[in-house]
Formats: sequence, structure tokens, C-alpha cells
Amino acid sequence: MTMNTHGRPTQPAAPTGHANTGEHRGMILEEPLIFERGTPGRIGVDLPPVPAHKSRLGSASRQGQIGLPDLAEPQVVRHFTRLSQKNYGIDSVFYPLGSCTMKHNPRLNEKMARLPGFADLHPLQPTATTQGALGLMHELAHWLMTLTGMAGVTLAPAAGAHGEFCGMAAIKAAIRARGEKRTRVLVPESAHGTNPATAAALGFTVDAIPATAEGRVDLDALKAKLGPDVAGIMLTNPNTCGLFERDIIAIADLIHGAGGYFYCDGANFNAIVGRVRPADLGVDCMHINLHKTFSTPHGGGGPGSGPVVFSKALAPFAPLPFVQKEGEACRLIESKADKAAGQSFGRMKAFHGQMGMFIRALSYILSHGADGLRQVANDAVLNANYILARLQDVMSAPFAGPCMHEALFDDRFLKDTGVTTLDIAKMLIDRGYHPMTMYFPLVVPGAFLIEPTETESRETLDGFIKTMRDLAQQAKAGTGNANANPFKQAPEHTPRRRLDETTAARQPILKWKPEAAPDYIASAAE
Amino acid sequence: MSRLYFTKDHEWLRVDGDVAVCGISDHAQHALGDIVYVELPEAGAKYAQGDQAAVVESAKAASEVYAPAGGEIVEVNGTLVNDPSLVNNAAMTDGWFFKLKLSDAGELGSLMDEAAYDAYVKSL
Repeated sequence: MTMNTHGRPTQPAAPTGHANTGEHRGMILEEPLIFERGTPGRIGVDLPPVPAHKSRLGSASRQGQIGLPDLAEPQVVRHFTRLSQKNYGIDSVFYPLGSCTMKHNPRLNEKMARLPGFADLHPLQPTATTQGALGLMHELAHWLMTLTGMAGVTLAPAAGAHGEFCGMAAIKAAIRARGEKRTRVLVPESAHGTNPATAAALGFTVDAIPATAEGRVDLDALKAKLGPDVAGIMLTNPNTCGLFERDIIAIADLIHGAGGYFYCDGANFNAIVGRVRPADLGVDCMHINLHKTFSTPHGGGGPGSGPVVFSKALAPFAPLPFVQKEGEACRLIESKADKAAGQSFGRMKAFHGQMGMFIRALSYILSHGADGLRQVANDAVLNANYILARLQDVMSAPFAGPCMHEALFDDRFLKDTGVTTLDIAKMLIDRGYHPMTMYFPLVVPGAFLIEPTETESRETLDGFIKTMRDLAQQAKAGTGNANANPFKQAPEHTPRRRLDETTAARQPILKWKPEAAPDYIASAAE
Repeated sequence: MSRLYFTKDHEWLRVDGDVAVCGISDHAQHALGDIVYVELPEAGAKYAQGDQAAVVESAKAASEVYAPAGGEIVEVNGTLVNDPSLVNNAAMTDGWFFKLKLSDAGELGSLMDEAAYDAYVKSL
């Protein structure tokens, strides 16, 4: 150690291996509901007496108590602060949830979205006063079309699944405009789970296409399913097994040959952005989850946003509203009566889409630039392959690598150990990691789906890999007495131990009832 | 004299005359884990072989149960609605899903007998 004359170190000590969790787990406090904390008569503020007045509420005035808990201000502050500390998110931990892309939300995006010129707008303001915001929407639309090579785009959908609905509605409108009736939609087993739900929600019949032993679409099975009643195919690429659908161009040709359209689920666009343009693969429409590819907050952190890009064939049917640039001015096309509306199938939601997400996404695109976005895809794929390569000797991978943005393992390595995928996930919690996605995709038994994203450093990945290797080896080494099996005991260091998920699902208790509380609280909870 | 058949999708079918009792196999309930919810068809509904007739949900996943042969539903096992654990505890007996009046006994030819099904499960 180097030190000065006072014995103080002049360089930081070499970093030691750190656990992913904080050291204070012993102080994770049990937190009752705020209604269970009140002490009758305690108050946080003194209000002046109500001046004399004549109530005009008549019989509408409340007769009973409203059932608010009696609390002092520090109790309230601590209650909500402690609740907020129970929130595990990408800001506090590595969050390798497969298929969800939990990546860092750059603070530059947040700064841009909070600029008063954007943050204080109201969607009903005259458009003459919102030209900057409309210009931003137009510019984001431009970049989404450029990155995908597509002819049209809508920013309206409020989330990925809403985007799917939008794309399939455009396909339905296009088929109707051709004077045809096509009712069947093909959905590979390796597609996202929302795909068949979307097709069904639009009144299509869903026809599943099996996967090959390689985890990709079975082309022969696809050919056998084609017919004059096929409206299109919904395909996720890269798919939910983290694999690129190599035959995608052949699939596009087949579906177009049969008169159908090609919907690509672009949820995993983060794996190919800057490297592959969906238009070049024959895609007719695709949604882009702004949170997955363009780093907007996700999962309680912010609303979703699922813009959809369209091919020339489908662009005229895109929903309203959209921004059109006329000279220097931006005009909002909001009505079907507007000539510029084309054959639009109509509106998806009130107003113009999730403006705050548009600002963040454009901020991400512009701050990365073309080279930076390409590196996003490169690093996302590199990180997933690093995990696959470092774990496949102790775990078992169902498909030969390399993978795209997520690494998939099955539970064959746990055969005869008595340990399950769920047990490993619970052990991970004790070791300070949010578990990966498990038992999904369904085509892989006991699946572990790990998506590290481009955000994570080599050190973070190495820490996670070390933990996973330990757990895999510990499981295989045998755990002796089943009653003392640590895998079955986990998690140990959480406020609640292993929850009884079966009873929770079979006999759910959906409403809180105080055990013994004044009547007014019971009636307030009704 | 009843005869037992299985499908590749892990449904079983016990045929007695032109009525068949259907459920999911013991292998299927084991693979699904604790079953928490069963959605049954309505009596009188008609299905072709392979149509989705019921839904079974476990803590892990929701799965479709297909009609192992075509026919009309004549009775459903209502006790499963309140006690889905019957499927885990007695998949092949009390945990039956529905009874079908078969429309074409010839369809049974495409199904497996118990020995063939056991071999099929081992091959998975």
C-alpha cells in the first residue's frame, strides 16, 4: 500500500470481489400496511379550525369516518421510503430477465424529457405552439424508418402488444381493401406469447407452426400450412430462443407467394439494430419496443411505447394521427377526412402516443449515432454469447450456439439432482441477483433465459457467471438429505421465504381485510 | 370392456361403447406441476379431433387440452373447477375432464395404446 506521512493510503485499495447485494440485509424491515400503523389521535399537521359556513352538500355529505390512518409525518416518510427500497430495478442491480431487456436508462434521456418546453406541453394546445414537439416526432419517425428501411411508421401504439395489434389491424385493412377474406394467421412456436393473442384479438384463427430441433421455424411445416385463407405470419426475429431465423427471407417469399403479409415482432430489434434492416428481409410491418431497443424506462418506470414500421404495401393503412412536414411547418394529420390520411384504418388511442418516450428514444438514437447503435447490437450479442460460452460446460444449452441477445439453457444438467429451475432461481435471490426468466420459452423444458443486455460490464457478467457456476456445481454435487436441501430452503435472506404459489393461485385472497380494526377501517376497505 | 388410448399431446381417452372419458396423462400432470385452474367445455359443445376443448393452468404455464377424438361433450367433471388438485392426485381416474360421445370410432386408429404411449414418453 502507498501511504502518505500520516499513514493514509494515497491510492484506493484494489477492488475485492463484491456481492451484488448491499450489506444491510439484516435491516430489511418488515413493513405493515399504512392502515395497520395508525395510532388513534395522532396527527401530522395542525389545520386551522374550519370557518363558519353553511354546507350545501345536503344528503350527499358523508356521515361516517373516512378511515384514514392517524400518523405523524416521519412515519409516513419512512413507510414510503422503505417501500421504495423494496423495489429492485435496473438502477440498483443486474437484472438478467430474458425476453424483457432490462437495460440502463441513460440519464441524458431523462434530462431531455424534463426540458420544460417538452414536459409542460398539453396535447390540446394549438399546433402552432407545439411545432418543436411535432418536429421531434417527425425526426424520430424518420430515424425509425431509416434504421428499419421501411416506407412508413406510426408512433401511436402505447406498448409493444398494442403495436402488434396495430400491425395486424393494418394487415386486416389491406386484405379487406383487396376485397379478400383471409382468416388464418400462422404463428411459430418460437414466437412471443403475445403474437397468438394479438391475432386472436383481431378475429383471426391462430395456426401454430412447430419448431425444428434447432429451435427455428420448420419450413416444410410452414409450406404445408399455406393456403388462400392465410392472412399472414407473425414471426419474432431474433426469436424467443435467442436465435436468428436463418430462413427468414425464404419465409417472407413463401408467405408473399401465398398472398399473405409478413408481421415481424421487433421486440428483439436490439440484437440487430444498425446491422440488419427488416425491410431487406421482406418484412411488411414490425413493432419496435422503445424500451427494449432505445432504452426508455420499463416495468413501472415509465409507460410503454410501440411504434410500428410498415412496408409500401401496408403504409397507406397506418393509423392516425401522424406528423407531416410541409415546408418548415409540421402538420398533425388527425382525421380520416384529411386527404393526407390515405386509407388509414383509424385511431388507436387518444392523442398522439407516449411523447415522453419519443423524447428519450430520439435522445438515445442521436447520442449514440449510427456507429453507436451498431455497437449496441454488437455488445448485446457479445455479452449473451459470453454467458453462453462460460456456462455451457456446467449447465446445458438446448441449441448449438452462437446465440443472439439472450442465452438459453434447459434443465437437463439438473437431471436426477432433485433440484429444479425454480430452486436455482430462488437461490439466486439469496446470492443477490434478480433471477432470469424461467420456464419460458415453453418449447424448452425447465428453461433459463438470460439477457444480459449491452449495458453490463465484464466484471458484472463475471460475478454472475461465478455465482451460476457455483450453484450448478453445488446442485450436481448432491445436496444430501432432502429435508436439509439448501435449494429447497431458499430464499433465506428475504423478508418472506418460499411463497406457496400453488395455494396463492388456487385460493387467491384478493382483498385486504384488517384482522381486528375499528369498523370504519373495515368499511373503508370494502 | 373399456379400452384406453393416448395422444401425442398427452391426453388420454377411455372408450366404453360410443362414449369416451378424457383427461390428461399422469406424465402430463407431472410435467405441468401443481395445477391451479381448469377451464372445461360446455355440455353439448361439438369438437373435431384435435380441436382445443379445455385449458389447464399450472404454476408454470397454461396449456390447451385437445379433443383426442371428434364428438359431442355429454358431461364435464365439475369438481375440477373447485379442486384442480384432483388432476395432480388422480390424473387417470377422478381427475377426468369431460365425456365425449364419439362421432367417428375410426379416429381411434390414430391414437396410441398404453404400451406405445409409455414408449413415446420414454423417448421424449
